[in-house]
Amino acid sequence: MSGTGQTVLIEIEGLTKRFGAFTAVDNVSFNVSKGEVLGFLGPNGAGKSTTMRMLAGFMIPTAGAARILGHDVQSDGVAARTVLGFLPEGAPTYGEMSVTGFLKFCARIRGYRGSELTDRVAHALGLTRLESVRLQPVETLSKGFKRRVGLAQALLHDPPVLVLDEPTDGLDPNQKHEVRTLIDQMRPEKAIVISTHILEEVDAVCTRAIVIAAGKVVADATPAELHKMAPSGKLDDVFRQLTLEAA
Amino acid sequence: MRQTLIIAGRELSAYFATPVATVFIVIFLVLQGTLTFNMGNFFDRGQADLVPFFNFLPWVFLLLVPAITMRLWAEERRVGTIELLLTLPITQGQAVLGKFLAAWAFCAIALALTFPIVLTVRFLGAPDMGVVATGYLGALLIAGAFLSVGSAMSALTRNQVIAFVLGVAICFLFAAASYPLVTDFLSRNTPSLAEVARSFAIVDRYQAFTRGIIALRDLVFFATFIGFWLFLTTVLVDQRKAD
Repeated sequence: MSGTGQTVLIEIEGLTKRFGAFTAVDNVSFNVSKGEVLGFLGPNGAGKSTTMRMLAGFMIPTAGAARILGHDVQSDGVAARTVLGFLPEGAPTYGEMSVTGFLKFCARIRGYRGSELTDRVAHALGLTRLESVRLQPVETLSKGFKRRVGLAQALLHDPPVLVLDEPTDGLDPNQKHEVRTLIDQMRPEKAIVISTHILEEVDAVCTRAIVIAAGKVVADATPAELHKMAPSGKLDDVFRQLTLEAA
Repeated sequence: MRQTLIIAGRELSAYFATPVATVFIVIFLVLQGTLTFNMGNFFDRGQADLVPFFNFLPWVFLLLVPAITMRLWAEERRVGTIELLLTLPITQGQAVLGKFLAAWAFCAIALALTFPIVLTVRFLGAPDMGVVATGYLGALLIAGAFLSVGSAMSALTRNQVIAFVLGVAICFLFAAASYPLVTDFLSRNTPSLAEVARSFAIVDRYQAFTRGIIALRDLVFFATFIGFWLFLTTVLVDQRKAD
């Protein structure tokens, strides 16, 4: 399933999550290699966030395993999370902290000190264009800025693996474009997983897309291949066809 | 350890970034002052010591400490920041300990601000400063014990009111276990339980400190007590973080 001859950075094997009798994620397996941007698509409640939470080591899977750079996210969690940049759903941040204060906290946790810490924070602020609001408390910012603070936190340590849960949600078209450009620039050196229900994002940034419905993978293909799955060639139709069948 | 302290530092500054710190410290000082000077007959006793002050302290802590701890984990889960915190490269134990240390340091600050009472006693007479010092150590330990219970209750639920009520209730059980009302009742009905209750009587052990006695077994008790509840917190956080 992974790109041929490339370094596999994310491995997911038979990941399953049940909540009582409800199966949120059902035996999901895939790999992501360096240089890939994997779009994780699916209707609301399909299991996108649950899968990403398990990949980030936050949620304990009922069955299966996830590895980041070979580190099991459960048994070797700290090592796995060291090389991971994760943007949780809704980009939660500590509202009472200033943007810089929050990023410095994350940088300190990640072991940076002194001038290196200042440089890292400044670089992350630059990448996400947050310089103008850097001294404001996060809770006073607009939704788009908050999302970018979450993104800055994920990019801070220049991790080889990025897992971003709806990174462009709540951003205006210009900001969306900037984030997509940023993802595209980082792509060659990283394995990136983004979840989205905005289909235009697939064509814009993804090298591969997985469609998930009712917890199961229903398609794993390049954007071009996905387009061919519906007679109309439209992603909208492909998406509806795939996810309604499964539901 | 470094990560634990970074978390503790962030947490502690969060108390002071909101009115929580001011409200807590003011109410604590007003309550302690009123109880010591008015209800404790501080002046009529004619003794230069802090007995009335230390007698009321566990009961004031009983009410106020769960108010600090109720937001510890419940708030992180409600806002969703727990997902951010626990996907940073730290262990859950470090997060639990860091948050606990912040709350403990906060209690220490509140306690330190009661210094005018000590100055008053020194001005009026010649108190045994050794006893005052062990009393404060005991106060810090009982605050730590209540904090560890409160932290577990906060990890149990995402509702802060429930966390507060459960925290007060459980701390009350341990605090009341020292009192004749409970011990007499138990020894009359279930003598075997009375022994158990007495060994967990947290206020008894605290009162030894206020009399100037530092016993190793009391120190071990407090360390074990806090360790147990923090371990329970870690287990609860792990189980319930993603609910």
